[in-house]
Amino acid sequence: MNPTPKALKALNWLTGALFVVALYLVFFYAPREAVMGDVQRVFYFHVAAGWVGALAFLVTAITGALYLARGDRRWDQVALASVEIGIVFTFINIVSGSIWARPIWNTWWTWDPRLVTATVMELIYLAYLMLRQGIEDPDRRARFGAVYGIVGFISVPITFLSIRLFRTIHPVVVGGGDPTATGAFDMTPRMLRAFMFSMLTFTVLYADLLWHRVRLQRMAEKVEQLKMKILSG
Amino acid sequence: MSDPPAVAGSVALRQDGPVRGFLRAMGAVVWKDLAAELRSRELLSAMLVFALLVILIFNFALELDVRTRETVTAGVLWVTFAFAGTLGLNRSMAVEKDRGCLDGLLLAPVDRSAIYFGKALGNLVFMLIVEAIVLPAYSALYNVNLFKPGLLLVVLLGSVGYAAVGTLLASMAVQARTRDVLLPILLFPVILPVLIAAVKASMGFLQGVELEEIRIWINLLIAYDVIFTAVAFMVFDYVVEE
Repeated sequence: MNPTPKALKALNWLTGALFVVALYLVFFYAPREAVMGDVQRVFYFHVAAGWVGALAFLVTAITGALYLARGDRRWDQVALASVEIGIVFTFINIVSGSIWARPIWNTWWTWDPRLVTATVMELIYLAYLMLRQGIEDPDRRARFGAVYGIVGFISVPITFLSIRLFRTIHPVVVGGGDPTATGAFDMTPRMLRAFMFSMLTFTVLYADLLWHRVRLQRMAEKVEQLKMKILSG
Repeated sequence: MSDPPAVAGSVALRQDGPVRGFLRAMGAVVWKDLAAELRSRELLSAMLVFALLVILIFNFALELDVRTRETVTAGVLWVTFAFAGTLGLNRSMAVEKDRGCLDGLLLAPVDRSAIYFGKALGNLVFMLIVEAIVLPAYSALYNVNLFKPGLLLVVLLGSVGYAAVGTLLASMAVQARTRDVLLPILLFPVILPVLIAAVKASMGFLQGVELEEIRIWINLLIAYDVIFTAVAFMVFDYVVEE
């Protein structure tokens, strides 16, 4: 079995170091938000996790399309790995939002457009995994995965649009928005720095996990091939 | 396949222009589905009985008295259509798969998207027939007038989107091991925008809201129909490829 590539090892260390710094920035460097208090610190990782979720699903749609166009199995491996990571991060996003919403909105959950689209997105990609599980032929599994990844990804913005037409109480911190939304606040320069750093950290973490997951798939495939060889020989 | 010997039936495709050939192939698929249904009446009867049962269940679950009815009619109708629709979609694709019809269809020297559009159109026709029976039945049972041109337009647009995405996903679901349970799980999260827009628009028409407020939902339905018909058209080849 191939040893871990040097670049991947370096990326592991880089991710770990970035994470330690990010934790420091979030908990000590960023000031305490005046109205909401310490619970506002959820925001930094909450948004970063949401960003990684969306990025991961975008990667799935793109690599799915590439797989359909080129027929190279490696694209499909990336697509599947990305979905799994996206599901985990979207889940982190939803749960951390819930923890924040409990004291701020006084409820764990509300049927707000943002919350609903995040959940629908999560459900689409859970369905994606179930679809793949139900198909044995690897080529067909890859093709169907690609098709569903594309269809699902397109439907998310439309769902977002369709419920955006209602009023939202979810604050839009980045890029202005309605300041009257419950829990909205302006970022100080220190908060902004902690926020940008969290985004960077999570993006690097995504790349690291993706690499590991794709590698794991290759190894699993190789094990499968070896097993077949032994059984037949 | 360069110029196979002319066989009656398929010969028409080469003689006509590409567009007419496409339409003929599509028409043939639709006709096949309708003729089979006309003889067996399996699918429509199942969808209809199921739709009426769903309404019956809603009647008791929601206590559909006069005042509740005003607000929930649109929701009840669309949930009914969506559930009956999955039943129809599953069946219509399973029949193709089980008896090897799909392979036969794929062997035909026609554009594969013609097969997709044929199946989608067939599914749309079945949905519309079910709706054409459920709507008057609901009107009679609950004494509401559902025959407003606006509402009928919403029903048509919603069904088009449903059939377009549903046919694509059903043709994937039937090829999976867990096919009966898989279709609703694949379909419902993707079809959600159609259901939201259709329920909102239907409710608007039923409560006599200004057209200005409903238009946005209609636009959303049209946009969804166009986008997903185009996407399904582009990817259907990969779904049926062997």
